[in-house]
Amino acid sequence: MPDGDDVRPSRALVPIPTADPHSAESEEGGEHLPGRLSDVDEWGRSERMRALARRLYDPVYSKWFRAEWEGLENIPTEGGALLVANHAAAIPSDAPVIMHGIEKELGRPVYGLADNFFKRVPVVGTLWSRLGGLPAHPDNAYRLLAEQGQLVLVFPEGSKGPAKTFDERYQLRRFGRGGFVEIAMQAGVPVVPIAVVGAEESMPTLFRLPSVASVIGAPYVPVTANMLAFGPLGAVAYFPAKFRLRVLEPVTFNVPPDQERYSKSRVMDWSEAIRDRIQNALYDMLRSRESVWFG
Amino acid sequence: MSGSSRRVLVTGLGTFWGGRVAQALEADPDVEVIVGLDTTEPTVELERTEYVRVDANYSILARIVRAAQIDTIIHTFLIVDPTVMSARAMHEINVIGTMNLFAAASAPASTVRNVVVKSSTIVYGCSSQDPVWFREDTPPSRPARRGVERNLEAVEGYVRDFAQDNPHVNVSMLRFANVVGAEIETPLTKALQLPVVPSLAGFDPRFQFVHEDDVIRAIMFVLESNLAGVYNVAGDGLLPWSEVARICGKRTAPLPPVGTGLIAGPLARLGVVDLPEEYLQLLRFGRGVDNTRLKETGFRYEYNSVEAVQAFIESVRLRRTIGTGQPSYRYERDVEQFFRHSPAVIRD
Repeated sequence: MPDGDDVRPSRALVPIPTADPHSAESEEGGEHLPGRLSDVDEWGRSERMRALARRLYDPVYSKWFRAEWEGLENIPTEGGALLVANHAAAIPSDAPVIMHGIEKELGRPVYGLADNFFKRVPVVGTLWSRLGGLPAHPDNAYRLLAEQGQLVLVFPEGSKGPAKTFDERYQLRRFGRGGFVEIAMQAGVPVVPIAVVGAEESMPTLFRLPSVASVIGAPYVPVTANMLAFGPLGAVAYFPAKFRLRVLEPVTFNVPPDQERYSKSRVMDWSEAIRDRIQNALYDMLRSRESVWFG
Repeated sequence: MSGSSRRVLVTGLGTFWGGRVAQALEADPDVEVIVGLDTTEPTVELERTEYVRVDANYSILARIVRAAQIDTIIHTFLIVDPTVMSARAMHEINVIGTMNLFAAASAPASTVRNVVVKSSTIVYGCSSQDPVWFREDTPPSRPARRGVERNLEAVEGYVRDFAQDNPHVNVSMLRFANVVGAEIETPLTKALQLPVVPSLAGFDPRFQFVHEDDVIRAIMFVLESNLAGVYNVAGDGLLPWSEVARICGKRTAPLPPVGTGLIAGPLARLGVVDLPEEYLQLLRFGRGVDNTRLKETGFRYEYNSVEAVQAFIESVRLRRTIGTGQPSYRYERDVEQFFRHSPAVIRD
C-alpha cells in the first residue's frame, strides 16, 4: 500500500533500538516513533486494520454494490484535497465505498470526518477511528490537509443527509454553514465534489423515531426498509443497489490561505455553488439510470 | 530579564515538582537566592534553598516577596491529581493560593519580573467534541465541569489577569501532558503498575506523555530564555492506551463503558485503583496537545511519548528489585558534597 513519503512503523514485537532516538523524529506530528508496538497513527488510523478491512470489504464494494467511478482523474495523486460528497442511507454506505474506492484505485489513504457521536459509541467508535475516521473538527481537517497533505472526506450535509427519509432521496440538504469551504480556503487546498448514486437505495429510511433519538443521544434513529425486509439483520444489511460515483472538477479558491476569517458571503456563495454542482450531477446521473439495482 | 543573578521563589517546595525545580535551580550558578514555600517540609535534599513554612494559601506572601527582593516566581504548587486530597482542600491550594500569590506579586513596588506557572493540559477538558490536537489557543470543547478543570480554569484566569495588568513582567504558563517518569506518582502511573491495567471496554483512545525530566527542563528553559506566553509541554506522538499497557508489559482489564462510575467507586474504596472522573473520561476519549510552539522556541525534548513510557516502566522494574527508580542519584550527590565541602579536596 503506497502511502506517500510517510513511512509506516514496522510491527515489531520488541522495541527496535536506534542509535539516535531524535533522528527518527519527523518534523510534523512525530509520526514514526521507534519502539511503537502498534501502527496506529496520531489520528487513530491503523494501516494494518485498514488492510484487513480492505480485504473483507472488497467483495461488498465490487460484488454487492458493484461500485463504478468516473472522473477519478479529478482526485489529485498527491497533496491535500477536501473530498465533498452527498450523504445518504440510514447507516451511511457512501463513506466506506468512497474511502475503499479511492484507496483501491489511487492507493491513497482517505481520512473521513464524521459526527462526534461515533466517538461516543463503544467498539464502533474505535473501529471507525482505526479505519481512518475522525471527529469533524476544523483543527483536525486543517492539520490533515495543510500540514500533512492528505485526502479528507467530508459530508457537508452532516447527519441531516442520512437522516432524510426515502421520499426525499437525492435532494441535498443545506451544506452546513459552509465550514468546509472555509477549511479548504485556510488550508489552501482544492475541494473535490463527488456525486454518489446508489447509497440512498441501499438502506432507505421509512420514518424516524425522534423520541428514541433524544433518549439515547443519537442524531437520529431510523426505521429502514431493510429492517422490514431482513428483520434484525436489516440494521446492518444493505440492499444491493448499484453504486455510481462521479468525481467532479476540483474547485480552487483564489484566496490567500491561513486567514483568520474569510468573507462569509464568499464562503456561502462557494458552498452553494458546490452544492449545486453535486445536485446537478445527481440529476444528470439519475436521468441516465435505468435501474436502481443494475444502474 | 538578563540580570546575572536571580532571586527565585518556588511554591510547593514540599511537593515533587517544587523539590525537583529547587534542585535544578541550585545547580544553576546564576541563581543567587532560592526561597521555597510550602505547608510541609521538603522531601528532597536541598543545599541552599531556604524553606519557609506557610499556610495553604500564602497569606503572608507579600512580605516575603518584599523582604527577599524576589524577582522570579515559579508556581509549581498546583494540585492536578484529585485523588490526593478533598475538593475543598484542592480549591484552597489551587485557586486561593494562586490568587494570593499574584496579589503579592503585583503589590506596589513589587520586584517580581518573571513568573512561570506549571499548569496542566487537564485545563482543555476531555470530551467527544475535542480536536485530536489542542493548540495553546484552542478553547475547551465544553465548559469545565470537574474539580481540577475548574480549578485550573480559575488559576489560568488569575495568571492572564496578572500578565495583562503587569506588562513589565514576563509571565509564562506551561501546560503539561500526562507526566511519567522514575519518581512521579499519578493515577495513570498507579494504574499502569497494577497486574492488569484498567481500560474501558470498546474504547482505546490515544494518550500523550511527557517525561518528568523534560518537565523540569522545560521550566528551566522557559526561565533561562525569558519566554512569555502559554506553552503545551508534551512528548511527540500519541499512543493508544492498549499500546501503553503493552509497552509496560501488561494486559488491559476492560471496565464496562456504561455505569463506569459504579465500578470505579468501589475499586477506589477497596484501594485497588482510584480513577477519578477526569481520568475515566481520559480513558474514553484521550487527549492530544500540539507541542510545536515550545519546540519552535528551540526547546528539545529528551523523550517522546514512547520513550517516556519506556523510561517509566524501566524504573518501575528497577524499583521493584532494588527499591529505588534512580540508583545512581544518591551516590552522585554524596560525591558532589565531598568535592564541595571536604577539607581533603585540594582547591585552587
